[in-house]
Amino acid sequence: MGWTRKDLLTIRELEAAEILTLVDTAASLQEIASREIKKVPALRGKTIVNLFYENSTRTRTSFEIAGKWLSADVINFSAGGSSSAKGESFVDTARNIGAMSPDVVVVRHSSSGAAALLARELSCSVVNAGDGAHEHPTQALLDLLTIREKKGHFDGLSAAIVGDISHSRVARSNIHGMRKLGMTVTVAGPPTLIPPYAQELGCKVSYRLEDAIRDVDVIMMLRLQQERMHAGLIPSLREYSRYWGLSLDKLRAHARPDVLIMHPGPVNRGVELSPEVADGPYSVILDQVAKGVAVRMGVLLLLAGTKNAESAGSQGGGR
Amino acid sequence: MSVLIRGGRLVDPANSIDGVHDLLLEDGKVSKLGATLAAPQDAAVIEAAGKLVCPGLIDIHVHLREPGYEYKETVATGTRAAAAGGFTAVCCMANTHPVNDNRSITDYILAKAKSEGLVRVYPIGAVTRGLEGKELAELAELAEAGCVAFSDDGKCVMNAELYRRAMEYTLPFGMPVISHAEDHTLSRGGCMHEGVVSTELGLRGIPAAAEDVMVARDVLLAELTGAHVHIAHLSTAGAVRLVRDAKARGVRVTAEVTPHHLLLTDEAVRGWNPNTKMAPPLRTKRDTEALIEALADGTIDCVATDHAPHAVAEKEGEFDHAANGIVGLETAVTLLYDRLVRPGVLPLATLVARLSRDPARLLNLPGGSLAVGAPADVTVLDPDAAVTVDPARFASKSRNTPFGGWTATGRPWKTIVGGKVVWEA
Repeated sequence: MGWTRKDLLTIRELEAAEILTLVDTAASLQEIASREIKKVPALRGKTIVNLFYENSTRTRTSFEIAGKWLSADVINFSAGGSSSAKGESFVDTARNIGAMSPDVVVVRHSSSGAAALLARELSCSVVNAGDGAHEHPTQALLDLLTIREKKGHFDGLSAAIVGDISHSRVARSNIHGMRKLGMTVTVAGPPTLIPPYAQELGCKVSYRLEDAIRDVDVIMMLRLQQERMHAGLIPSLREYSRYWGLSLDKLRAHARPDVLIMHPGPVNRGVELSPEVADGPYSVILDQVAKGVAVRMGVLLLLAGTKNAESAGSQGGGR
Repeated sequence: MSVLIRGGRLVDPANSIDGVHDLLLEDGKVSKLGATLAAPQDAAVIEAAGKLVCPGLIDIHVHLREPGYEYKETVATGTRAAAAGGFTAVCCMANTHPVNDNRSITDYILAKAKSEGLVRVYPIGAVTRGLEGKELAELAELAEAGCVAFSDDGKCVMNAELYRRAMEYTLPFGMPVISHAEDHTLSRGGCMHEGVVSTELGLRGIPAAAEDVMVARDVLLAELTGAHVHIAHLSTAGAVRLVRDAKARGVRVTAEVTPHHLLLTDEAVRGWNPNTKMAPPLRTKRDTEALIEALADGTIDCVATDHAPHAVAEKEGEFDHAANGIVGLETAVTLLYDRLVRPGVLPLATLVARLSRDPARLLNLPGGSLAVGAPADVTVLDPDAAVTVDPARFASKSRNTPFGGWTATGRPWKTIVGGKVVWEA
């Protein structure tokens, strides 16, 4: 299936076939990472602006590397040190960047809906690199690519997403993506961290870690932000880690031996994941990071390089 | 100067009139109504066949923004918006800058209204100084200066003891305390209704209980004090139940509902349009159904727009950072007539009553009736005119409406205040 959208804003709005196009394109580009010269000319002469209003090491670096490997000119714009500090509004900043004729703007923002707002303002392509607690589509795509590589398929697989579902854009994008590709999803956590009407997203809800991880193919642990404690959502990190942290003992006692442990990072070691699980044989956390670059190359290629997409794909080993 | 409105369908619920009558206005009063009236010499004659002649509409909940926020709205532009929407009187909330918590601000608003206002303006005084919820404003002097009710609208008086004292202190004035019922500890950080849509969008929700808890508290305080408490912009099915039950027990509680809470649900937020953001937030279909039923049966006493003008920059950015509120004066009658009266959901006479007779009674305002001797405030509607809502053509200084582009049939045709036509289509 071809790609016709101007932007990548959510997984929710995509058809299963579109998601597979994105995953397949990323898969075909993975081998570039192992080349001696990591450069293909697919996006030569294209300009990509990384517009990051929130701190992010992994995602921003990943997009930057992806753009550079595709030979695009990549400009990083971190809002902390520039116009937003001078009181310029997001919309004004967007219009100014738009006036410089970029081909793609990659945006990370703490407000849900910010990427959609930008896409409405700009005639170029917009990639949502995380908007508030709404969606983080490229994270879900790299998670899906990781799952398919390890399990070979999606249909009939089950996943448990554990932790702070309420505030998680990763959870929302993954729920939509996994369900569209035929997986079943359980979200689990203390009720204060599960959003109201979570079942309406099409997943099961569990309030007990041991139940949630039983017999699933994938366990995705989410990062617990320490400020949740101050908002009265959990009593203490100690208690959270005791009941919701994934230790090797719990894993061995309740999960399948071939389960995948995923985490979007950064990991709070000792809170949601014990170090021996994070670094252990079940963990595919670093595979996720590696695939992040391929996924972002694929997204940039489909959005900005449609004319060159086929040649780059065949260069990349293709399908 | 006199005006004869000839051949229109007179809809005057205060006097149980609904039929074709002529209406004569003289010296700022309704002077005569009858089957066919002769025009006095020098009378202006309005041929109103096929039109609906109603008591002047009254909106008891608007924000005119003056003094302090003249870039959003002024008494001059806000009253023009009112006239263009068929309203002959508005009550303006106290959250100006400085706050209308003392006589000098009330005097200023009334002076502006007198010199620049197109329709009648009745200020509402603050309950607490600076709307801070800490100490009472000078309520007696505000009443004497011309305030018609008291409200910290935009904020909820969270201190129940202080609110109780406000109710008691104002008892002798015969004016209600108007509650913005929102428990700020439950709504904190929220920017839309808490439900399926907020969960999908990842926006922090405001549960219906944030409103219901406060309506319950205020009903109990009204019962305790014997005061008249009026619930502003009631938006939930739960609050409807609480008010219905309180009224049945004889508690002096009344309520208003906005057109947007009657016509829109939280589904409208999906497009991230900041003009779907307001407090209280747009609720669910179940709530709108309960609101319409309550408006029809009188549990909700009146419609008020909560006209809340904001500049473009305050309503175009990130949803969670955008200001709360939308303008409502120029779309209210058109949309309610088209969406509720034309399909037969609400009888015409009920809509007219909830926009004229009932708000007048709630706040003891002149008008709301076309009886002989009543003020010559008349709204004439054209029930057949086709309308497309075009914010660019609003008389209001602000354009923050979610209704832009909506089409409807029925609109204000002439707005008459004190016997003078102040606006016509």
